[in-house]
Amino acid sequence: MIPETLRDNPTAAALDDVAATAKFDRGELTIEVAPGNILEALRRLKDELKFERLTSVTGVDRFPAEPRFEVVYHLQSVAGKQRLRLKARVSGANPEIESACAIYRSANWYEREVFDLYGVRFRHHPNMTRIMLPDDWEGHPLRKDYPVTGTRY
Amino acid sequence: MSDAKDSAVLADGGITNDLEVEQDYERHAAEPSGARTMVLNMGPQHPSTHGVLRLLLELDGETILKAAPDIGYLHTGIEKEFEAKTYQQNVTLTDRIDYLAPLSNNLCYCLAAEKLLQLEIPESAQWMRVMLTELTRLNSHLVWLGTHAIDIGAMSVFLYCFREREEILRIFEMFSGQRMMTSYFRIGGLALEPPRGWQKRVKSFVDVFPSRVDEYEDLLTSNWIWTGRTKGIGFIPLEDMLDLGVTGPMLRAAGLKIDVRKDAPYSSYEKFDFEVPTRTENDVFSRYLVRIEEMRQSTKIIRQALEGMPSGPHQADAPGIVLPEREKMKTQMEALIYHFKIVSEGFRVPEGEVYQAIESPRGELGCYMVSDGTQKPYRVHWRGPSFGNLQAIPRMIEGTLIADVIASLGSMDFVLGDTDR
Repeated sequence: MIPETLRDNPTAAALDDVAATAKFDRGELTIEVAPGNILEALRRLKDELKFERLTSVTGVDRFPAEPRFEVVYHLQSVAGKQRLRLKARVSGANPEIESACAIYRSANWYEREVFDLYGVRFRHHPNMTRIMLPDDWEGHPLRKDYPVTGTRY
Repeated sequence: MSDAKDSAVLADGGITNDLEVEQDYERHAAEPSGARTMVLNMGPQHPSTHGVLRLLLELDGETILKAAPDIGYLHTGIEKEFEAKTYQQNVTLTDRIDYLAPLSNNLCYCLAAEKLLQLEIPESAQWMRVMLTELTRLNSHLVWLGTHAIDIGAMSVFLYCFREREEILRIFEMFSGQRMMTSYFRIGGLALEPPRGWQKRVKSFVDVFPSRVDEYEDLLTSNWIWTGRTKGIGFIPLEDMLDLGVTGPMLRAAGLKIDVRKDAPYSSYEKFDFEVPTRTENDVFSRYLVRIEEMRQSTKIIRQALEGMPSGPHQADAPGIVLPEREKMKTQMEALIYHFKIVSEGFRVPEGEVYQAIESPRGELGCYMVSDGTQKPYRVHWRGPSFGNLQAIPRMIEGTLIADVIASLGSMDFVLGDTDR
């Protein structure tokens, strides 16, 4: 459900049934969906609303709040000169979400980065391995409970 | 056949002194292609990878069957570091992300923070930012052209490019006191007042630079060794590039007129008159032509900024965010307090999240900044253009010859600091 104030926005209105909340702040549109709806939202954005580019996928750790992790997708429509932020929250106990690789191939490395640095797993990803850190690294450095100095918890 | 495979395919691409390898080579030469493959490990210390990129190439003879880029050798955890420093301190970190275009990073970071603060900065500071960012583009393109040419074998271009780059670095030093890690843009404006006599210095540079670009073109554009090594090489279909996250000159060389400076102008770019060069050939040579033309257009922007530079303050009137002038600190109590507060605890930034994109020399540089209302950013994510571009490497070089890998990689113009962060 999107708020009444965003009914006039065609992008927000098209995602009304999958959106959990939406906001328009500082000139940027943010739509939040349930993790289960992420593929449907991305598919609709790419095929119907002509968002050709998935600019980046990243994470935010809201520790100690629950659901702990936000997976943030930035999309751009080159023809429509629009940008959009799509968000899904996943729990800290079992951080898992469906991979967007089948829709946008650029998601591949970005999702690996989120996995590496936050420990959020992407289901059906073609190669869910660490990308920045060595394969035997323990922990996920961008989590808020990981220290800034020192190498271990 | 099976025993030959066991001895020749090396897991990590190393070389053995085993005599058997030589015999295998003989046998391979006699066999039709497609019989057997070899894995070659290129990098992380290969000179053409400009940093520490590792490529695993599976070869059949000289044809690349499969390419797997391996990144992360330069990962510094800089995004974690951002969360531990105040907004003002973080400016110095941004220089180190894409170290060939420090001012582009400064600009992206400051614009993102100013968007969160909803801070309007004076026009003169905006124009100065444009001018210096375009000088950064020239700086970065010159390093690219010099190293790209040297990779393919044209030594002298490198020396000429670095001659002009040196002059740009001297201009940066004049403004900020630093040649490379400038940190000259700060939240709310510029770090220092522009130095006396900068107009003369920049003018003498833009007067001479177009003729220097002609010189590079004389050396390369119709040089048949250059065209032979670059024309028709490194093709990727445009749809694949968009899907894989490629941005910048790569897209423009494929015929797509895309440029953040035109599509969503920032820092008063809408007041400047310049063209976005495009080509349609979509190969290494056309990317070279696009970047050469970008250098000319950037010179045009710098000249406009130089001639039309508005007078006015170099910082916004925002006490508590912008450091007060030295003189005021000696005479006004408030200025001294603000200085102490900014330096010791920093300033608070309202809660919210923004994504600011700018056109860096390599493509779309994005800064996603989340604030929780404290003095330190809650999260800063850098969408580096090199990271997106590098994802397209397998699509670009699979099925081509190994001799063309160097030219293809060079045409991407990546910086590993920007990729690995």
